[in-house]
Amino acid sequence: LKHYFDTRDKPWLIWVGFALIGLSLALLPFALAQVGTTWVRITNYAILYVLLALGLNIVVGFAGLLDLGYIAFYAVGAYTYALLASPQFNLHLPFWIILPVGAAVAAFFGLILGAPTLKLRGDYLAIVTLGFGEIIRIFLNNLSRPVNITNGPQGIARIDPFTLDGFSFGSYQSFLGLEFSGPIKYYYLLLAVALGIIVVNMRLQNSRVGRAWEAIREDEIAARAMGIDTRNLKLLAFAMGASFGGVAGGMFSAIQGFISPESFVLVESIMVVCMVVLGGMGNIWGVILGALLLSFVPEILRWTVTPVQEALFGRMLVEPEVIRMLLFGLALVLVMLYRPAGLLPSAVRKRELEEHVA
Amino acid sequence: MDTFLQQLVNGLTAGSVYAVVALGYTMVYGIIQLINFAHGEVVMIGAMVAFTVINLLVPSGLPPLAIVLIGAGCAVPICMLVGYGMERLAYRPLRHAPRLAPLITAIGVSIILQHVALMIWSRNILAFPQIIPSRTYFVGGAAITTVQIAILAICLTLMASLAILVYRTPLGTAMRATAQNAQVAGLMGIDINRVIAVTFIIGAGLGAVAGVLYGTYYGIAQYTMGSVLGLKAFSAAVLGGIGNIPGAMLGGVLLGLVEALGAGYIGDFTDLCRWGLPLDACAGGGNFILFGSNYQDVFAFVVLILVLVFRPQGLLGERVGDRA
Repeated sequence: LKHYFDTRDKPWLIWVGFALIGLSLALLPFALAQVGTTWVRITNYAILYVLLALGLNIVVGFAGLLDLGYIAFYAVGAYTYALLASPQFNLHLPFWIILPVGAAVAAFFGLILGAPTLKLRGDYLAIVTLGFGEIIRIFLNNLSRPVNITNGPQGIARIDPFTLDGFSFGSYQSFLGLEFSGPIKYYYLLLAVALGIIVVNMRLQNSRVGRAWEAIREDEIAARAMGIDTRNLKLLAFAMGASFGGVAGGMFSAIQGFISPESFVLVESIMVVCMVVLGGMGNIWGVILGALLLSFVPEILRWTVTPVQEALFGRMLVEPEVIRMLLFGLALVLVMLYRPAGLLPSAVRKRELEEHVA
Repeated sequence: MDTFLQQLVNGLTAGSVYAVVALGYTMVYGIIQLINFAHGEVVMIGAMVAFTVINLLVPSGLPPLAIVLIGAGCAVPICMLVGYGMERLAYRPLRHAPRLAPLITAIGVSIILQHVALMIWSRNILAFPQIIPSRTYFVGGAAITTVQIAILAICLTLMASLAILVYRTPLGTAMRATAQNAQVAGLMGIDINRVIAVTFIIGAGLGAVAGVLYGTYYGIAQYTMGSVLGLKAFSAAVLGGIGNIPGAMLGGVLLGLVEALGAGYIGDFTDLCRWGLPLDACAGGGNFILFGSNYQDVFAFVVLILVLVFRPQGLLGERVGDRA
């Protein structure tokens, strides 16, 4: 069987594989819609988390800068979109203008965070980024007085969906006999963006910049001695990671139609860090796996915990939400105990770990 | 002036509680370079256990002070057990793992503890029983309650005894040796595992007391109280220079003061009318406050970031080499 799938003999097999994966990804939303539109939405959020995790992976996985306030950039992107395309200021710019603007604003915030923290390392950097995330959230929460900018804790509602020349991503449509609901259209859009970002990530990893980041992560002083401009590269990592977060935030805004500071709490930052570390820092596929697992498994648990309890005890003993979080916490601990480098460790990390054991 | 003195008193009280919690972070960090994210949760469990015990004992007719002492007396050993348990199960196996792995288990432990507490004590905000009769004294225009005095006294005692323990006893010497170089300390005959476990236990014990004090001071307890408190205490520890025990004390008190004074004055300072700007809102003694006291939580972090930008090793921390 192994010989049968050996791609060295049959290079065309790779393309068959690609075609199969592509086909299943294309058909997935329709299969999910059979179960319920909720699941299409859940998938969309999962892809958003993939985008976030890939963005954070640049900062944490590639450049080795622990960022515990990453959700701030997501928030910046989301609010940029919301303010420019909602009744809040009565602005309704098209999304292909706002998304780049959102990415740029988020990148700018990334630089604001990065510039003063260049000298910090490790845990000091972690706490400063964490504080930065909290500061952004507190500002979003309070910038409703004296001048109402963010509408405070009430958040911003009735945000425009993506529209392109009369084609709205938010509404239902029938095409070629297939029924395209709003979430399904967003699914394809998100998938396209995700694929784009995956390609960017893969190309980055082995580029001059990516290798420089890796050098900085392993030993900053040695990297500088080798002539790497550590300052600019670290800033670039922050800005680039932040801009990915900003794009994801803008899409979140449009899909959700409503945002409030509550979506950008510390727990969300921690969640994204968990995705990156759990999946395997620095390994793109690991990070994607981590993001998908941490977004889907809790949802599956949400739908199964109540029936299972009723079957076992005849009534609901513990709220599903509580069990979900307990299992989540337990999973974090167990995965780290048994696979400290993540589920799919990057080649470099794996090597390091083996060296350490030896 | 009244506001100043009053906020000074409030800030000192809150700050000394932060300091005691910060000690738990800094001791653990100093010895194994781990951010024990779950420490805030230990503080929360301390407050919750005390809450239950005090509520159980109130009908018994014991003197209030005795009840609170028994409450704290139950909270401390339970928290110590929790602290020991997490070191043993979640951190010890990962001592040689990549640096982020124990951070993630710490987050996991924190989530587990929070939700176990949710199951036991519900998600409601619990009114912490205020059974100690509180008297208020006035010192130069500032009101100071007996509870505040008690908190200050207890925190000072705890900090002093910890300082004696760390700097004047064989156990403290072993802790400092392990912090400097665990491998060499081991070769010198120190049981590193035991020292690390003891560090966790002491930190958790301090956290339990801080939790009881916090509950008594603010009169509330909730299963989420540990995260914000923990965050601030951790900031305090970093502010003072993480791993440095006097630093944590200084950082905690400073953070409490900055927060209280900031909250007391920011509204006045950012009132545009005060600076004579001709705004519509200012007519007839109105005001136009840019940032009110709802920005209180921002201060802690802004100060933290400023200090770290200009003094990356914290206030009292030593500059360590980039590579060992």
